[in-house]
Amino acid sequence: MSTGDNSFPVTVKDVILSGLMMRKGLISGMKLPDKKKASQVIEELGLTELSGSSLSELSGGQIQRVLLGRAVIGDPRLLLLDEPGNFVDANFEADFYEKLRLLNKRMAVMMVSHDIGTISAYIKSFACVNRHLHYHSSSEITNEELMAYGCPIQLITHGEVPHTVLKKH
Amino acid sequence: MEGNIFQYEFIVKGLLGAIFASITAGLAGTYIVSKRMVFLSGGITHASFGGIGIGYFAGINPVIGAAVFSILSALGVEYLSVRQKIREDSAIGILWAFGMAIGIIFIYLTPGYTPNLMSYLFGSILTVTYADIIALGIMSVLLILYFGIFYRTILYISFDELFARTYSPYVNVFKYITTALIALTIVLNIRMAGVVLVISLLTIPPNIAMIFTKTYFKIIIWSVVAGFIGTASGYAISYFAGIPTGATIIFTLVMIWIIAKGFKQIINMVMHKSNSK
Repeated sequence: MSTGDNSFPVTVKDVILSGLMMRKGLISGMKLPDKKKASQVIEELGLTELSGSSLSELSGGQIQRVLLGRAVIGDPRLLLLDEPGNFVDANFEADFYEKLRLLNKRMAVMMVSHDIGTISAYIKSFACVNRHLHYHSSSEITNEELMAYGCPIQLITHGEVPHTVLKKH
Repeated sequence: MEGNIFQYEFIVKGLLGAIFASITAGLAGTYIVSKRMVFLSGGITHASFGGIGIGYFAGINPVIGAAVFSILSALGVEYLSVRQKIREDSAIGILWAFGMAIGIIFIYLTPGYTPNLMSYLFGSILTVTYADIIALGIMSVLLILYFGIFYRTILYISFDELFARTYSPYVNVFKYITTALIALTIVLNIRMAGVVLVISLLTIPPNIAMIFTKTYFKIIIWSVVAGFIGTASGYAISYFAGIPTGATIIFTLVMIWIIAKGFKQIINMVMHKSNSK
């Protein structure tokens, strides 16, 4: 997702509306249906209270949701995301994937991730790439797929002593 | 009576000058401040002094010389930093001083006395002509139309150029048009505030506005209001005290900025106290 200057004085609503510019041309002015559509997306992403706020007042996770809003307001058939979980803490990340699952009812969502552990609960199918492409139509990760990476994935568990479990393969 | 004519001129020039200066500086200023282009704009302004010097020497209107130089230096910075891989701030620093040097050399070479030199450096009421005021008026209308018609496009390109490029092939066209309009705005305001000080006329009002609001459109509106108060009162003070206009306007604007900043801090403290109770 492309991010501009996060301290730029622009409101959440205006950023999301900018996703409609591609079919509106260069002359300014947003019609009532556009504004309705924006409010709908804002509500869907849980940004209602922030819609008049400036981007500089938002946290990293909130900004990410705003940019997601900008990407989906035009109702694309395919949403492409490159490592959307980066730079966001675990709570926001879970929340973000939950929003993606809702959007997935209207559009195909495809994302690139290096984190094979945490997202698997949300995905329907995946393809592992490490020189070869291994496509799998379910969300289970098998030993065979781990082999494709040539290294074990790390599972961090919180016991009495926080530790890392390396899966045998 | 002679005094009445002077007073009439003072009021008309002062009022119209302040209105048009604050409109042009408010619109252009909000753009350069939010895009962090203040240093670039300062460089363009100083480089335009080269055009003033050549204008004097060749007997052309110095404002036209300045306009040509400001646009060339804006393109020059772009060329040096993008094509020649020179760091942008270094490119600005070089062109900034180079323009000033050309200006000083040509003014030195111009035969005879050049009484207006100081007014170009620091701004002066006495040399502001009705033609200057009309030019600023036309610029105001032009900028209002441009920002009015293309408001969202300008806003979105300045916020996220990369994203704007995905839907519009005209991003570069808009950038060049806006930069040219800003260069012209600066040149026309040089008559009011002078080469050395004009950048503050663009920078201070949006910063006063940003103390109270964080949305682009409101920053424009409040910049114009704050700019008008600062320019008009600075102009009046400079006239009655007999001190240079540009310096007085900038001084007044900085005072407004400090007072606004302090005011905001007091409000924050009071709010904080009442919240913690």
